[in-house]
Amino acid sequence: MIRSKILIRLVRSLSKLGSDFIDKVWRLGAGARLFGLMLISSGESFRRFRLVVREVYFTGVMSLVIISVSAFFVGMVLALQGYNTLQKYGSSEAIGVLVALALVRELGPVVTALLFAGRAGTAITAEIGLMKATEQLAAMEMMAVSPISRVIAPRFWAGVIALPILAALFSMIGILGGYLVAVPLIGVDSGAFWSQMQANVDWQFDIVNGVIKSIVFGVACTIIALFEGYDAPPTAEGVSRATTRTVVTSSLVVLALDFVLTSFMIV
Amino acid sequence: MTQNIVEIDNLSFGYKNRTLHKGISMSFPRGKVVAIMGGSGSGKTTLLRLIGGQFKPSAGEVRVDGQVVHQQNREGIYKLRRRMGMLFQQGALFTDLSVYDNVAFPMRELTDLPESMIHDLVLMKLNAVGLRGAHSLMPTELSGGMARRVALARAIALDPDIMMYDEPFAGLDPISMAVICDLIRTLNDALGITSIVVTHDVEETFSFADYIYFVADGVVAAEGRPEDLRQSTLPFIHQFVHGEKDGPVPFHYPAADYKLDLLG
Ligand SMILES: Nc1ncnc2c1ncn2[C@@H]1O[C@H](COP(=O)(O)OP(=O)(O)O)[C@@H](O)[C@H]1O
Ligand SMILES: [Mg+2]
Repeated sequence: MIRSKILIRLVRSLSKLGSDFIDKVWRLGAGARLFGLMLISSGESFRRFRLVVREVYFTGVMSLVIISVSAFFVGMVLALQGYNTLQKYGSSEAIGVLVALALVRELGPVVTALLFAGRAGTAITAEIGLMKATEQLAAMEMMAVSPISRVIAPRFWAGVIALPILAALFSMIGILGGYLVAVPLIGVDSGAFWSQMQANVDWQFDIVNGVIKSIVFGVACTIIALFEGYDAPPTAEGVSRATTRTVVTSSLVVLALDFVLTSFMIV
Repeated sequence: MTQNIVEIDNLSFGYKNRTLHKGISMSFPRGKVVAIMGGSGSGKTTLLRLIGGQFKPSAGEVRVDGQVVHQQNREGIYKLRRRMGMLFQQGALFTDLSVYDNVAFPMRELTDLPESMIHDLVLMKLNAVGLRGAHSLMPTELSGGMARRVALARAIALDPDIMMYDEPFAGLDPISMAVICDLIRTLNDALGITSIVVTHDVEETFSFADYIYFVADGVVAAEGRPEDLRQSTLPFIHQFVHGEKDGPVPFHYPAADYKLDLLG
């Protein structure tokens, strides 16, 4: 009797595991399909580029404040922590390089992508999910206007354009924050701070790679946000769950992709 | 030119594994107002979307002006849809666009008309639903009845041959209801549109429809002209028309024996 109960429970949890797995794979496929359809129907986004510009404006402006403020604090903390360690080796002038490299190579693209997912990504998911729940997407479809080329594609390209710009901004403001802590506050030589940075930050290996990262993160974060909204059950609960999933999935994907990209760039 | 602009022929359809329609046949003659009635969840909205070619039937077909909808490619379906207007249950106005831009949307997306002509057309359409003065408002600033009328103006923006209304009276006060009811009839007669109206408002429907279909359990349970249906002795029609809570459509969801459930 007890044994059969355990058996039943085992079978149930196994089948739950299986169906969860199938569900995940199915969603991955559905996401890839949306991505493909979106790329095919992107022509309109470029012919009517103001659709994209409008969305760049919205997503960009939306994330501007949170990204500037975070960048400022991240830069200041980097300078404090960096100075603390570097001065033990008598090379506190290298603080400028440390701050710049950390920001341009890693923190700029990664933290910007995480903040972008939390601020702009959730907004995109909620917007698309609500458009679906209130039949706006169905209405568009019935008007013979494809929601994928009219709603999804412009938002996608906007995200891909906005994220690298925001990441660059993040790095710049972060360096400014680092400078304010290192030079006026701690008293590192201003000339050394900037010249060391100039001498040791490489265009190809640091800046270009950082930009590549932020473009990849832009693609990932935006398509995840769009897919979650597009795929959300058309109810209040469905949309709110989808919004949460956007943040969780985007964050994990960004961190994993960062490792993969870094390993390719460094080796 | 076929006499019926839309014909549904022995149509079956279901989502995933649940069948919703089991062999439905209906015809919609040109220039008439035809109502489809049935309980919530009986698949009325889905039926409209099938006419618009958003889903593929599992059997049977929908013909619009003689063309089988689901055999068209994407281009063909889009071409057919340009001749249809649909008023969605919740209006489905684009929340990020003003009333004016909502009505202009189909014109801007689907035609090459110059902006000056679009301006005149938008104001004409809004005037037809009595909301020319509201053109600069945002959808959130509209009442339910006004939103429905703006959506109606948008649906007729490109002068469709067929108008589909999905529960156009749901959640409206009596005055807005009368206004919408009047508009449907006026548009139908003045513009020569064929109207398909999904609804469960018995009184309104019986007053303006030319022909009525009742859908229940995935089949057409009854059909006829309002005056004939009113006389009908079919138990289902009687229950629906007179709003009785028990009858062929039971009050109770199927359940185990009551006594057994209580006493265990
Ligand atoms: N896109 C969909 N996917 C799966 N099931 C759906 C979908 N749309 C509607 N349904 C289900 O089909 C049934 C009929 O829906 P609907 O056509 O909206 O009925 P009605 O408009 O008559 O109330 C409902 O039970 C609904 O839950
Ligand atoms: Mg419905």
